[in-house]
Amino acid sequence: MAEKYTIISNTRIAKDIYEMILGGSTEKITNPGQFINIELDGFFLRRPISVCDITDSGNMVIIYKLFGDGTHYMSTLKEGTVLDVLSGLGNGFDIAKSGDKPLLIGGGVGVPPLYMLAKKLIAERKIPSVILGFNNADEVFYKEEFEQLGCKTLVATVDGSIGIKGFVTDAIKEFDYNYIFTCGPLPMLKAIYNNTEIDGQYSFEERMGCGIGACMGCTCKTQNGYKRICKDGPVLRRSEILW
Amino acid sequence: MVDLSVSLSGLTLDNPIIPASGCFSYGREFADLFDINILGSFSFKGTTKEPRLGNPTPRIAETQSGMLNAVGLQNPGIDMVVKNQLAYMDRYFHKKVIANISGFSIEEYIYCTEKINNIEQVGIIEVNISCPNVYGGGIAFGTDAKSAAEVTRAVKAVSKKPVYIKLSPNVTDITEIAKACEDAGADGLSLINTLLGMRIDIKKRKPLLANKTGGLSGPAVFPIALRMVYQVYEVVKIPIMGMGGVSSAADVIEMMMAGASAVQIGAATLKNPYICKEIIEQLPIEAEKLKINSLKDIIGVAHI
Repeated sequence: MAEKYTIISNTRIAKDIYEMILGGSTEKITNPGQFINIELDGFFLRRPISVCDITDSGNMVIIYKLFGDGTHYMSTLKEGTVLDVLSGLGNGFDIAKSGDKPLLIGGGVGVPPLYMLAKKLIAERKIPSVILGFNNADEVFYKEEFEQLGCKTLVATVDGSIGIKGFVTDAIKEFDYNYIFTCGPLPMLKAIYNNTEIDGQYSFEERMGCGIGACMGCTCKTQNGYKRICKDGPVLRRSEILW
Repeated sequence: MVDLSVSLSGLTLDNPIIPASGCFSYGREFADLFDINILGSFSFKGTTKEPRLGNPTPRIAETQSGMLNAVGLQNPGIDMVVKNQLAYMDRYFHKKVIANISGFSIEEYIYCTEKINNIEQVGIIEVNISCPNVYGGGIAFGTDAKSAAEVTRAVKAVSKKPVYIKLSPNVTDITEIAKACEDAGADGLSLINTLLGMRIDIKKRKPLLANKTGGLSGPAVFPIALRMVYQVYEVVKIPIMGMGGVSSAADVIEMMMAGASAVQIGAATLKNPYICKEIIEQLPIEAEKLKINSLKDIIGVAHI
């Protein structure tokens, strides 16, 4: 059966950005970069949201952006609300493949899965550096959280209202790194891919139907044939990406 | 004890619940979630002669009480399906499966049928002449009574299995096509496929789906599907697999009362992968409430 999660908190942490803490089983989350698929009353399809963190007390943290009616509805949900959730979906990042100096690059709501990833990498003594890209200062979140983990963290904003003015790719040269993990909008992933030759893992986003690999709704073409973003992804290795 | 068993052209199913083609892949993903042997059967992903890559993404759009899809018959081709899927299916599914096939020409339908003919596990061939997302992907056959009859006759001529024709709702009069298929020798009918629909992203001022249009499914289409099953039941004698927005045990019973001998579950499976299991568990409870002893007794009872 799908699992039941209880909302512990649901807080606005930046412009249009909410952090939701969920109580429920986290045992199906085996890798950072995996996602959960949440049923919302009145909406036919579930909402796939990546896992940001599993807290020390065993709760799950997700971060979402107000995007359409579904996420607006999510933002109105009160603590104590019980959600029907499919957990442990997708492949997630493979930290075993990382070099000892990984660079984590997140754009907007692509940032959250990198937080759990950073913690896992640190546990493996692979201290990551972090670049966070946003449109402007109002949208920035989790900068302090990454810094508290001990990661050198730079923010880039498109309008320059905070951090480096420009895109995440403008910050890459500031770092010494030998592996890349990234998650964010497609144009950002493509820009990073074209900016560096360093190997890495890229997490993709696509509109999904089932989220479990059955409907072929989110297929994308790769060097190794067609892959389902929800099941064979969302993380693809650099070498298999076809733009 | 409520008797849930039903019969389709000599094939007895433990219950009428059949995940619909395109929503259940070849079953493997669901076998990881629950024992899929509780199902009556399932209809596997629409398969063509040649491998097909499908349409560009986005292929999925949400709607009120439903969804649009324009997957475009992505599949590895019948030869690979026989080799990689059907050869191992009995490891996780021990019942007869329904083979859903599609084509762009009569020859392709015949090719697929012949490939499947000797596969023991296939109980029924479901011939898709109604995919709305692929130009010529069967829909050209499904919207014209004469062509529908032609495909039926050609497949029947070579098939060693019962042949069910899957009909499109995107036609003026579905009963005319249903009758044409029956007259051409179809053993049964499956209806309905999805309804052609569309959404536009008002911020981008562009269609939401890369394919522009897609097939509508989900609870939104249930009354239309029910009406079509009801109408077709009045004009044919062959069994009908009813589908379209079925999401609960009550919907299953309603669909059977309209005339369906078995019921396929499509979009609801994408929303909740456990829905067929839940419906199968709920069916006897719902039936008992309605004083139904055997589901076979209610097929078409709504006709007066």
